[in-house]
Amino acid sequence: MHFISTRLIWLVVLAGLFVLPFLLPNFRVFQINLMIVYAIAVLGLNILTGYAGQISLGHGAFYAIGAYAAAILMEHAGFSAYATLPVAAVVCFGAGVLMGFPALRLGGHYLALATFALAMAVPQLLKYKAIAPYTGGVQGIVLSKPNPPFEFRFLGAPLTEDRWLFFVTIAVALPLFLLASNLIKGRIGRAIVAIRDQPIAAGALGVNLAWVKTLTFGLSAAYTGIAGALGAVVIAFVAPDSFTSFLSISLLVGVVVGGLGSIWGALFGAAFIQFVPNVADEISKSAPWAVYGAILIALIYVAPGGVMGAFKKLKSGDAK
Amino acid sequence: MDSFLLQIFSGLANGSIYAALGLALVMIYQSTHHINFAQGEMATFATFIAWTLIERGVPYWLAFFLTVGIAFVGGLLVQRIFIKPVERAPVLNNVIVFVGLLVIFNAMSGWIFGQTVKAFNSPFPTTSLVLPQYISGHQLGSLGVTLGVLLVVFLFFKYTPIGLAMRAAAQNPDSASLVGIPVSWMLALGWGLASAIGAVAGIMMAPVVFLDPNMMGGILLYGFAAALLGGIDNPWGAVIGGFIVGVLENILGAYVIGTELKLSVALVLIVGTLTLMPNGLFGRKVVTRV
Repeated sequence: MHFISTRLIWLVVLAGLFVLPFLLPNFRVFQINLMIVYAIAVLGLNILTGYAGQISLGHGAFYAIGAYAAAILMEHAGFSAYATLPVAAVVCFGAGVLMGFPALRLGGHYLALATFALAMAVPQLLKYKAIAPYTGGVQGIVLSKPNPPFEFRFLGAPLTEDRWLFFVTIAVALPLFLLASNLIKGRIGRAIVAIRDQPIAAGALGVNLAWVKTLTFGLSAAYTGIAGALGAVVIAFVAPDSFTSFLSISLLVGVVVGGLGSIWGALFGAAFIQFVPNVADEISKSAPWAVYGAILIALIYVAPGGVMGAFKKLKSGDAK
Repeated sequence: MDSFLLQIFSGLANGSIYAALGLALVMIYQSTHHINFAQGEMATFATFIAWTLIERGVPYWLAFFLTVGIAFVGGLLVQRIFIKPVERAPVLNNVIVFVGLLVIFNAMSGWIFGQTVKAFNSPFPTTSLVLPQYISGHQLGSLGVTLGVLLVVFLFFKYTPIGLAMRAAAQNPDSASLVGIPVSWMLALGWGLASAIGAVAGIMMAPVVFLDPNMMGGILLYGFAAALLGGIDNPWGAVIGGFIVGVLENILGAYVIGTELKLSVALVLIVGTLTLMPNGLFGRKVVTRV
C-alpha cells in the first residue's frame, strides 16, 4: 500500500513537471530554471555545512569556477553545453579538495574566515588581465542557449530554449538529489555526520577523518560547480561581478531557510533566494539584502531547522 | 630607493588602519572566541554617520568624536540585542548571525546613504610637515591617530579598574563573575570599544579609498590577515601584524604582482597563516583537552 502511494506521488510529480513549463510564460520558466540551479548549489553547501558541520562562506567561488569552466569550454573549446557539466564537476571537485586541505586543520570560525576570504578574492581574480583572453575580463563571456533538439508544441506553447532548459535542469538536478539523499542515508553519510557531532569518537571508531572531510569538501564543491555550469548555460552569460561574496551569502541563506542538514529543503531555500529578492527589490535596491540579513538572524533565533525543521515539528506533533 | 621608501611609508600608513581593525577583531575574539565578520560593515556605517555630520556643517573633529561615541553605543547595543542570545550557541549559529549583521549593515548603508561613491575630506594638510617627499599629510595624520588610539586602548586596559575587569572577564569568566564582575556587560563593553576602534579605522580610510557601502570589504580582509598573522589572541601581535601586512601589500603591489590581485594576496596570507602557523607570530599555542 505504502509502496503504491509513493509511486503514485512520483508519477503525479513527474507529470506535473512535464506540464508546468508550458503553462507559464517564458520568463517565469527562466526564473524557475535558475531556482533549480540554486537548489543544486544550496544542496552542495548543505552537504558540507548541514551534514559535515564545516562552515563555508565561500561557495560562490566554486559556483563561479563551475560557471567559468563551462563558459570557457563552450567559447574556446567548442564543447556542447551538456558536455561541460561533468568537466565542471571534476574541476570543482579538485578545487574543493585543494580548499579542503587547509579546512582539515581549521575548525569553525577559522574555516568560515578562510572561505570568506576566498569569496572576496574570486571576482578580482576573474578580472585579472593575464587570464582575460580566456575569461573576457570585466565584460565576461556572452554565450548562446542550446537549441531544443526537436520542435514541439503543447497546450499551444512552443518548446522554447528556456522550456527545453527546464527539462535539462530537472534531468540534472533529480539524479543529484537522489544521489545525495542515498549517500547521506548510507555508510558514508553516517561517517560524515559522526565527524560533525563527535569527531574524536568517530576517529576512534575507525572513520578516516582526513579522507572523509576532504572528500566531503570536494563533493560539496562539485555539486556547487555543476550548479555554476548549469547556471552559466541557463543565463547564457558569465561576468566577474555576478560572483561577489554576496552570492556565497545567498547560498548560505538558502541553506538556513531550507533547513540545515536536510536534502529537499534545498528546494525551499532556492525558491527563497530566487523569488524573495524580486519582491523586495521593488521597495529599494538595498532592501533584498536587509531582508536576507533580518531573516537569517530571525531564523537562527526562532527556527534553526528552517522550513524542513518546521515540517518535521509539525509531523511529530501530528503523531502525538 | 626613493620610491621604495615611499612604498614603505604608505604601507605603514595603510598598515596602521589594518592594525586598528585587527585590534578590534582581536578584542572581540579574546573575550568570546567569535570572529566578527560584520566589523568592516559596522565601520563603514559609522563612517557614513561621520560623513553626514560633516556635510551638515559639524566641525571635523567634533564629528569624529561624536561618531566614535555613536559607534561605541551602537556596538554595545548590537552585542546586547543580537549576540547575547547566541553567546553559547554552536559556532555555526554564531557565524550565521555575524553574516546576517554584515548583510544588514551593508544594506542599511546603501539604503540610507545611497550607493554612489562619496569623497571624504581629510582634516590633515596635503603636504606633510616631516619627510614630505615620502609621506603625505593624510598618511602621517592617520598614522598618528591610529597610534594614538592604540596608546589609549593600552593605557585603558593597563591602568583603569574597568580595563582590569574586562581583562579578567576575558581570561577567566567564571572566576571573574565570582568576584562580582558583570562578565556579560564586560563583553558588551568590549564590543562597544571594538566598534569605536573600527569607526576610527573607517574614518581614516575613507579619504584614501572613497566612501561607499562596500568600502571596508577588502580592508576587513587585510584586518583579518593582520590579526591572524600576529596571533589572534594577542593585541600587540595584531598591531604588528597590521604594519607587516600593510608594508607587504604595498611592496608586492608595486614591484611583484600589481594592484589587481590585492585581495588574492590577503587570501594567500590568511590561508597560509592558518595552515602553516595557526598561532601566528605572537599567539599563544592552544591545547585542547579531549
